[in-house]
Amino acid sequence: MEVGYLELAVGSILISNVVLAKFLGLCPFFGVSRRTSDAVGMGLAVIFVMSIASAATALIYRHLLLPTNLEHTNLLGVLGLPVPEGGYVLILKTISFILVIAGLVQFVEMVLKKSAPALYRALGIYLPLITTNCAVMGMALLNTEAWRDPANGLPVHLATVNGFCGGVGFLLAMLLMSGIRQRLAERRVPKALQGLPIAFISAGLMALAFMGFTKLFGIAV
Amino acid sequence: MSDIVITYLSAAAAVLAALAGAFGILLAVADRFLRVPADPRREKIEEALPGANCGSCGFPGCAAYAEALAKGEAAASLCTPGGPAAAKRIADIMGLEVTGFVPKVAVVRCQGGGGVTGARFRYVGELDCRAAAATQYGQAACPYGCLGLGTCVRSCPFDAMILDAETGLPRVLEERCMACGTCAAVCPRNIIEILPKQQYVHVLCCNQDPARRVRQTCKVGCIACRACEKACPVEGKAIHVEGNLAVIDPEKCTGCGKCARACPVSAIGDFRTLRREAQKRKGEKQEAAGQKVA
Repeated sequence: MEVGYLELAVGSILISNVVLAKFLGLCPFFGVSRRTSDAVGMGLAVIFVMSIASAATALIYRHLLLPTNLEHTNLLGVLGLPVPEGGYVLILKTISFILVIAGLVQFVEMVLKKSAPALYRALGIYLPLITTNCAVMGMALLNTEAWRDPANGLPVHLATVNGFCGGVGFLLAMLLMSGIRQRLAERRVPKALQGLPIAFISAGLMALAFMGFTKLFGIAV
Repeated sequence: MSDIVITYLSAAAAVLAALAGAFGILLAVADRFLRVPADPRREKIEEALPGANCGSCGFPGCAAYAEALAKGEAAASLCTPGGPAAAKRIADIMGLEVTGFVPKVAVVRCQGGGGVTGARFRYVGELDCRAAAATQYGQAACPYGCLGLGTCVRSCPFDAMILDAETGLPRVLEERCMACGTCAAVCPRNIIEILPKQQYVHVLCCNQDPARRVRQTCKVGCIACRACEKACPVEGKAIHVEGNLAVIDPEKCTGCGKCARACPVSAIGDFRTLRREAQKRKGEKQEAAGQKVA
């Protein structure tokens, strides 16, 4: 059964939030969440990169790594290269995803610089930061494993939507965190907990709160 | 069996290499066709700047200032940390004449620390002058004076201020001060001013109250007695009592220090010896001004 867009959105934004449920992308989550404006910029950049990376990696996964079956064909097999029984999934998945994401972000950065300088200035400083961000990589890997169909992974259009929603989930977590941290900055925090420790504790409590979304509307991720 | 494994592994390596090659070619082509011509002067200017990102030039960071400079939208003399040396380097890159660079320094215009003026009440809130100033106009007895909680000291990006343990007042370490104005901006009492270094004499009081009230709260507050006015040798007087406070006219002041000696409450500070000596030490050290700090 194919997954619905709404189901994907609720699942990726709330139930299995990249940051608060999967604990991916904690580095920018703590590094750039001190001010709301920075958090929004970073969040938008992550949405952008995650969508593109999800689409590209889903293409690679389906047409280069998985063996041919009813839903898709392996292009390598068409070209006459030997394809193992389980495809190249085990050998090549992680490493080819790293390659694709890094190359793609670089390329997109160049295109943006040339054709949309305004957007480049807004996202520019964050784009190189997330080239090798684990949230982007993690979303690409999750697209291949989650949502009940590990044998095929999400089809390209659904993977793109899922990447976009994962980015939105990241932005949501960043926004909440930056709000909390801006309030924390004005509060008296015990000396031992000042700075990152109290931020980690807050993040932990937020993650606990997000556990309340498990099985929301009966959606299983 | 092992033959098959080797076949698959080499095929996998070939696939990966092909992918990498494709992306490499894509990026190389993109670099050729999508390159945005950048002003080469911009990078040179950025290298000539100290890289402190203090913001005293009015731009968000050295990179932004360099960009504005390269476009010809900013004056070359705005970088305070870099000093005249950086202004000279920038002017050389841009082919400009150096315009007048006035070295400046932060001056704390208050001598009434907690030990002198005392407090109106015991302040137990957040240890931040801005929070204290919002609480019943601050705990300090003088409504114009320093609150002594050191917000300026903590805000200084160059560690050029210390909170003097004896007086409870912030002190500017003038050799380190880059006159970026961060401290002046955070001080809720506005007692810190960024003033030219050549101006040796400063009125170290901001109290606008009448003399009787100043006397009640502070031993070193300006009581507007006009002794400084009388002592000033400059024609037309470089120091005037305006309202209830002596004010120095920087245009006329020669920095002779006669007013400072004449002041009965020592509310005028003479920085001449201090700065001359600092200048001498600096000359001895042969410190290259405007070197990279960050």
